[in-house]
Amino acid sequence: MALDADWAERWVRRTADAIADAKDELTELDRQIGDGDHGENLHRGFQAVVARLDDAAAEPGAADERTVGDVLKLVATTLMSTVGGASGPLYGTAYLRAAKVSGRTEIDQPAVVAVLEAALEGVSSRGKATVGEKTMVDAWQAAVDAAEAAARDGGSEVDVLRAAAEAADKAATGTIPLIATKGRASYLGERSAGHEDPGARSTALVLGAAMAAALSGPAPADPRTAA
Amino acid sequence: MKKLLNDPADAVADSLAGFALAHSDLVRVSTLPVFVSRAGGAVTGKVGLVSGGGAGHEPLHAGFVGDGMLDAAVPGAVFTSPTPDQILPAIQAADGGAGVLTIVKNYTGDVLNFETAVELAEADDIQVASVLVNDDVAVEDSLYTAGRRGVAGTVAVEKIAGAAADRGVDLAGVTAVAQRVIANVRTMGVALAAPTVPHVGRPSFDLPDDEIEVGIGIHGEPGRHRVPAASADEVTEMLVTPVADDLALARGERVLLFVNGMGGTPLSELYVVYGRARRLLEERGVTVSRSLVGNYVTSLEMQGASVTVLRLDDELEALWDAPVNTAALRW
Repeated sequence: MALDADWAERWVRRTADAIADAKDELTELDRQIGDGDHGENLHRGFQAVVARLDDAAAEPGAADERTVGDVLKLVATTLMSTVGGASGPLYGTAYLRAAKVSGRTEIDQPAVVAVLEAALEGVSSRGKATVGEKTMVDAWQAAVDAAEAAARDGGSEVDVLRAAAEAADKAATGTIPLIATKGRASYLGERSAGHEDPGARSTALVLGAAMAAALSGPAPADPRTAA
Repeated sequence: MKKLLNDPADAVADSLAGFALAHSDLVRVSTLPVFVSRAGGAVTGKVGLVSGGGAGHEPLHAGFVGDGMLDAAVPGAVFTSPTPDQILPAIQAADGGAGVLTIVKNYTGDVLNFETAVELAEADDIQVASVLVNDDVAVEDSLYTAGRRGVAGTVAVEKIAGAAADRGVDLAGVTAVAQRVIANVRTMGVALAAPTVPHVGRPSFDLPDDEIEVGIGIHGEPGRHRVPAASADEVTEMLVTPVADDLALARGERVLLFVNGMGGTPLSELYVVYGRARRLLEERGVTVSRSLVGNYVTSLEMQGASVTVLRLDDELEALWDAPVNTAALRW
């Protein structure tokens, strides 16, 4: 089952829901080793994304020609202009690079891997971080590695996204013992160990939403009433 | 937690609206996107100065918009850097045709968002230069962190670069002066209690009554070391010694001594710190020729202070002394 723009929209709406649910948890993680605004900032950004998707849905247009990249680009520009901090440009760049490789009405399994690779490349080049520095790159890299492996094994799009989501979740937990050397937490030095990186956790939420959106099929008529 | 707020989500907007009314002779506050610029607009032929960063550090940065200092300031959400689509119109509003210098504090979010905005401004044919303030000596090993943070020393950079721009110095010259301030300014801070971000509603870090955080930044993040609470003299020594050592101050040099309050410490206590800091510098044979004491780079209502030392020469001293007329600094 190739994934289309409706999947991308479900992904984004589910992400907004997941971030809303986890807002306090993310903020608490950030309070421990950062400045305590990660949940609030991402929530503000994704609420703005949902508002723009609602506006776009209200406009008559050629929805059939909408590409996956169109949806992801809307996410990128909205996050960049509403989130601020480090997570605005980092997630914004991730979605922008992902949009560039998905300018089609449907994307198949290798293209899903390419989307994740592009997002990782965006985050690591913008944030100048590499694996092991206790940042969201840890989760993105694990997701890409797992997605590539799943694709090599002949997995479907859903299999690829499931592998990515599970690996990101595990990698987020895996940031707990690490000492941060990039981002706000790096100022804590050894005191940053013992706390999960909020960016890695939110990345796991984003990828979990991608998998759930692929499993869930078309959205109901009014997505705001969706469970 | 009790705060004088309506909806926490409107904290920054409500505050800026009041700021605009109180200082309508000096500033203009734009909404959608949010930025603050001079009431009279850009000064033709003068290098424009733009700074910005999270709200919650008032009077930094909007309080320093006016004659002899900044042309525009861009506040983000509390402790969160502004976005490129706020910064770009601020740069445009500050451009009087001689180019714009952006003064950015070294925090990952500030750097990323300003970098993007500067690229957009350049695409718009505005000549932009940037400097990165990184005066915080608490960050000892910059190789293994995001680098030294920009903290209270930012005030000195903005004041002195602003005076140079006012004199008609060109963009390369104003940038060079700003770089010289950055090379010669160092800061160290301490927190006695954490601030509470409006929409979080809990203190930014947990700090027992009998402990203090040494080596803090300005975003309510924990410091580098936690030590038992001590006397003002002892705490001041913890701040002055690393600053003076890092600057490698020699006998006979003269400095600006700036004791900054983090928002929740009374001026009387800041003067206690100032007195001890000054004696410590004088014991090193250093002359304190200029002083500034007050709440200029705050972290909401955080209890605490920072000590900033700027090595002066004739030119930097004259630029510091040059007239300034802003909401928070004027002489």
